[in-house]
Amino acid sequence: MSELVTLSLKDVRDKLARKEVSAREVVDACMERIEATDTELNALTRPMPEEARARAEALDAGGPDPDKPLWGVPIAVKDLICVAGVPNTCGSRILENFVPFYDAHLVSRLVDAGAIIVGKANLDEFAMGSSTETSCYGVTRNPWDTNRVPGGSSGGSAAAVSACQCYASVGTDTGGSIRLPASLCGCVGVKPTYGRVSRYGLVAYGSSLDQAGPFGRTVEDTAIMLEAMSGHDDKDSTSVDRPVEPYARLLAERGDLKGLTVGLPKEYWDEGLDPEVESVLSRSLDTLKGLGATLKEVSLPLTKYAVPTYYIIAMAEASSNLARFDGVRYGRRAEKPEDLMDLYVRSRTEGFGDEVQRRIMIGTYVLSAGYYDAYYRKAAQVRRRIRDDFLAALDGCDVLAGATSPTVAWQLGALTDDPLKMYLMDIFTLSINLAGLPGLVLPVGLGRESGMPVGLQLIGKSFDESTLFQTGHLLEQALEPIGPPAGLSG
Amino acid sequence: MSTKKDILSTEEVARIARLARLEPAPDKLERYAGQLGDILEHMEILAEVDVTGVDPLYSPVEHETVFREDVAKRRATREQILSNAPQDDGAFYIVPKIV
Repeated sequence: MSELVTLSLKDVRDKLARKEVSAREVVDACMERIEATDTELNALTRPMPEEARARAEALDAGGPDPDKPLWGVPIAVKDLICVAGVPNTCGSRILENFVPFYDAHLVSRLVDAGAIIVGKANLDEFAMGSSTETSCYGVTRNPWDTNRVPGGSSGGSAAAVSACQCYASVGTDTGGSIRLPASLCGCVGVKPTYGRVSRYGLVAYGSSLDQAGPFGRTVEDTAIMLEAMSGHDDKDSTSVDRPVEPYARLLAERGDLKGLTVGLPKEYWDEGLDPEVESVLSRSLDTLKGLGATLKEVSLPLTKYAVPTYYIIAMAEASSNLARFDGVRYGRRAEKPEDLMDLYVRSRTEGFGDEVQRRIMIGTYVLSAGYYDAYYRKAAQVRRRIRDDFLAALDGCDVLAGATSPTVAWQLGALTDDPLKMYLMDIFTLSINLAGLPGLVLPVGLGRESGMPVGLQLIGKSFDESTLFQTGHLLEQALEPIGPPAGLSG
Repeated sequence: MSTKKDILSTEEVARIARLARLEPAPDKLERYAGQLGDILEHMEILAEVDVTGVDPLYSPVEHETVFREDVAKRRATREQILSNAPQDDGAFYIVPKIV
């Protein structure tokens, strides 16, 4: 493996800016790495060697641009985020042939900042899953142990960064889909505040929950990425018009965590945590304390209701959002339909996988006449109470800290026949989407028995990503790095 | 508390599937009925939560509705919009005869 690909985004960016290496050389190194590892990992649905090399050469011809914070940096983009001219499959047969003619807003921003897209990353079909096992392009494997899942749904984006195929990537997080794979693959993942990043050009799953965010190998790298991709967009009415803080520059402004209060929601620590996960996380709390932070127990009493609340809302929104896939304007169309209804029904039944069909059906059920009030309206009421709990807990704390996942990455196939058990793996992540708050996950150690990465989740106040980055950055500096994935050859 | 048996029958799942414009094969329907029953049963615990007088929260940041001037903007050409159509005649999408 070329040493070039193991550098942080910041380091490779600085090397590129100093012309110590060309964009073409960096892209070639990533492509070599992709070729060496992706047959085994399947992190990418589509590597983009020609496009990436052509863009690298165009950038090299103009020379480094100091105004572009990602000049020449290879990244990957989850394959439900539109990149003009490149198939956007969502890991689904129904969209195999869909080629958007426009870039997602965040893609335009990253490209304007100088990034080079080297591939589209694999995902659970339509982002519905916690393990990246439901893509029509097959499972993605965890670079730390290829018999285990990478987490989902942005498992390809996490695995690609962890395996050094690129320096950063973009995923989306509806109920934990950035934070869970970041934790299971040992990289940093950020779910920004709802409204921070435009959703224009993302295929919607749960519109009031979805938010795109970055993966990186360091906290600083994700700060650089989020700064580049954030900002108001008049094409998304839920995108918030407020200034983006200079996240990366603000990292240097804090030398310790004195005066910072970290809330520990007791429901996230009391029960259900695997002992090896708990032991790694507890050590990271000692480090936070050593850095000067005050730890304080808080309570989020409605935690046990978060899973049903989340799934009712997410599936209701999904059933509505996925109604657009009807075989008429784009996507797969069934052959020789008898009539319009037959065209709809067969195109959808042939095109959607089992998990997507399950979620559409539950969504349809909870929105149907006679059940709407009992399920959907009730869930939306509980959602407000869950958010109020978070606001109360954050009233006396700067950030909250807890587990990301109850266990380390599990074996491939272990939970695929038990959807409910799979949904429960999101218990620590999905409340944050219901409340719209930002969350950052960083690796804090390896499980003693499994040797697999464990991620600590930090939860912040709305639009206070800066405190999350500062806290995560200082913690990262104080901890022993987990190193490169042990399970990957090549 | 109801049990999953009386939450969803296979016939009921077939009806929901039809509403969702889906038609799973009979063996899948049976499997879905069990799984959906489990999931809905788990959701029933929400009955325990007191939400008297609580306004539903549909968007986490409760945005004001955004208005703009009602001015048409051309953001794409007809050709671009039709570029992914499974079947079109260069001007319109083609679907099976409706009437």
